[in-house]
Amino acid sequence: MTTERESHINFKKIDEIMASYDYKKSNLIAILQQVQELYTYLPEDAMTFIGTRIEGLSPATVYGVATFYAQFSLEPKGKYKIKVCDGTACHVRGSMSVLNAVKTKLGVGEKRMTTEDGLFSLEIVSCLGACGLAPVVVINDKVYPQMTSDAIGIIIDTIIKEETK
Amino acid sequence: MVIELTKDIYKEQERVKQEIAQQGLRVLVCTGTGCIANGSLNVIEKFKELGVNVSALTNYDKMTLVPTGCHGFCEQGVLVIIPELHTAYVKVKVEDVEEIYNSHIVGGKPVERLLYVDPKTGEHVHKSEEINFYAKQVRTALENCGHINAECLDEAISVHAYEALSNILKENNPDKVIEEVEKSGLRGRGGAGFSTGLKWKFTAANKGGKSYVVCNGDEGDPGAFMDRSVMEGDPHKLLEGMAIAGFAVGADEAYIYVRAEYPLAIKRLRIAIEQAEKAGFLGQNIMGSGFNFTIHIKEGAGAFVCGEESALIASIEGERGMPRPKPPFPANKGLFGRPTLINNVETLANIPVIMRKGADWFSKMGTEKSKGTKTFALTGEVNNTGLIEVPMGTTLREIIFDIGGGIRGGKKFKAAQIGGPSGGCLTEEHLDLPMDYDSLRSVGAMVGSGGLVIMAEDTCIVEVARFFMNFTQHESCGKCVPCREGTKNMLKILERIVKGNGTMEDLDTLEELAHAVNDGSLCGLGKTAPNPVLSTLKYFRDEYIAHIKDKKCPAGVCTALKTYVINPDLCKGCSKCARNCPAHAISGELKSPFKIDQEKCIKCGACISACPFKAIEQI
Repeated sequence: MTTERESHINFKKIDEIMASYDYKKSNLIAILQQVQELYTYLPEDAMTFIGTRIEGLSPATVYGVATFYAQFSLEPKGKYKIKVCDGTACHVRGSMSVLNAVKTKLGVGEKRMTTEDGLFSLEIVSCLGACGLAPVVVINDKVYPQMTSDAIGIIIDTIIKEETK
Repeated sequence: MVIELTKDIYKEQERVKQEIAQQGLRVLVCTGTGCIANGSLNVIEKFKELGVNVSALTNYDKMTLVPTGCHGFCEQGVLVIIPELHTAYVKVKVEDVEEIYNSHIVGGKPVERLLYVDPKTGEHVHKSEEINFYAKQVRTALENCGHINAECLDEAISVHAYEALSNILKENNPDKVIEEVEKSGLRGRGGAGFSTGLKWKFTAANKGGKSYVVCNGDEGDPGAFMDRSVMEGDPHKLLEGMAIAGFAVGADEAYIYVRAEYPLAIKRLRIAIEQAEKAGFLGQNIMGSGFNFTIHIKEGAGAFVCGEESALIASIEGERGMPRPKPPFPANKGLFGRPTLINNVETLANIPVIMRKGADWFSKMGTEKSKGTKTFALTGEVNNTGLIEVPMGTTLREIIFDIGGGIRGGKKFKAAQIGGPSGGCLTEEHLDLPMDYDSLRSVGAMVGSGGLVIMAEDTCIVEVARFFMNFTQHESCGKCVPCREGTKNMLKILERIVKGNGTMEDLDTLEELAHAVNDGSLCGLGKTAPNPVLSTLKYFRDEYIAHIKDKKCPAGVCTALKTYVINPDLCKGCSKCARNCPAHAISGELKSPFKIDQEKCIKCGACISACPFKAIEQI
């Protein structure tokens, strides 16, 4: 079923993305990454379009790839994507308390990872390679080192303040 | 300008060296992911604001800011190194820049408070090479990381980039290259430790048609970041290593598969590839030799299993990253069905150095069967966390206590987890074990990619085993049933144990499942997933038993097994704990000792932080 949001899908733009990758099925992951960049997630119609347009693919294959990799999301993501690292180094230095603080603060967890207002979404990632700064949180590509449950609360508050200005 | 073969590369080196000499005082500021997070880009801006004119006191009339790759000492970031003044500053903030500039660069007087303080002696250390973290290191793969501007080809050339490639192409003898790599004794740095020379030989045996080189930069092991540092700090070295590999095995096309979590590495590799192509070090007819070699970047999309070579190949082909049965090995039938050489980043970064300095130079370092140096990502409960490179065979004790500066907060060393979720744990009895492929394997651990997480007495080993099992269970691709279902059941058992609901039979079942998962899985993920459980069961069985029989977590970590009690001798009966308890589990009369109802207690610890008299204890 096509949702309200999906009716805004720009098929021409998606076709341009596919064209820039020569409609090659080996470039499927890169194409999906570009589409996700555009919509913050992979709309079902976009996947079906890609699956029918590129030779050798089917919508089912595209869906299979999209659900295999952790980076792809089938749900819209928030404006601020909060990634809490729970790699070994971060885990040993207390990432769980940071994670719990974010969950409590935003009221997300288990099933719903995006806040209702669409401002924040939470992701748990296994390692960002910044282990020397553990525990680490990344918000939209900005790395916040040596986080604590208090510090992440302040950071989120600052963002909310900025947004409601 | 396009470089022609050998006679030109040395000329080019001379030219860039002269140019760099014109730069005056070079101020190196780390711009690795870690230091950027600590604000290094602002530090550079501030320096630039202050102007480039420098007083005659320092013998330089101007200075040049050099944004470098990772120095490895991420925890002390932002690092600012001024080689000509023999000074390394740590933890530099924007506010400190003016003082460094005025006092030291212009005034000639070092800023003591920004120097590294040796945790053992309490003394200030001026030179970076005298900081204990660096003193015992021997850097090969990381030799240039932190010393050059990673986004500048000239700087790379000044430290011998493409010199080895140029000489190899001039000599035009691929077999000799393979021979040299084999002679060096280099083994795969990605985990398995297979002989690199042999791998090249097997791939070269299928020469003739189309072949590929693939660089595995899908550094998935949580707690390892050496490949990221190479890609961010010295990308040309990796590209050169790949081109040499391509020439040796007869491939003209290559892919670097990089994790999507490493955006900076991807950016710097893109810049480097473009620069190298422009200068004629990559692309068609390299340095006029007739050898063609193009490199593409493939971004991963977040799947640990793609670090396994056959899964990685599937992922480059645009499919779900699931492992394929071997044989056929990639050397015979790999990417797009063609012969493919797959090496990891660190392995390839060693190649240009080996070719330039010779196999004998390389094989002099290390132990009998593990040659050269190895990088380790030293993290966890040590004083100095960061990226290190030491000769193979260095002991764990030297790494933790000399380079790492000992355990944080004076705590006691308990264990080191090596090799990430596929590795095993090392305990006090292994402190003097030489760290090399074979010694580690003999005690049930592995070098792996080199992640080394240090744990102190207050880390719960069972919880750590649960953590790793949770990771591998989550990352199991689901192709092999023993891995998919086995890891799930092992995780369930471990979750039971940390909650205090385990039984002694659970331990036997864990072991049985561990062997089944190992035997019945196709790829390295499943084969090694049970390692953390097996090795912790071997060395810390009593801790498992304490969780099961005594319902106690000896490290005091597992929430469900904590018990909070009020010491009646210390309690003044102020009721603060009762008011702060979210579960209303504390009651009592004012001015007489309160009590915790263990049935109601949710073990959140709110009472401990609330009590002004330290009367509440966790037992």
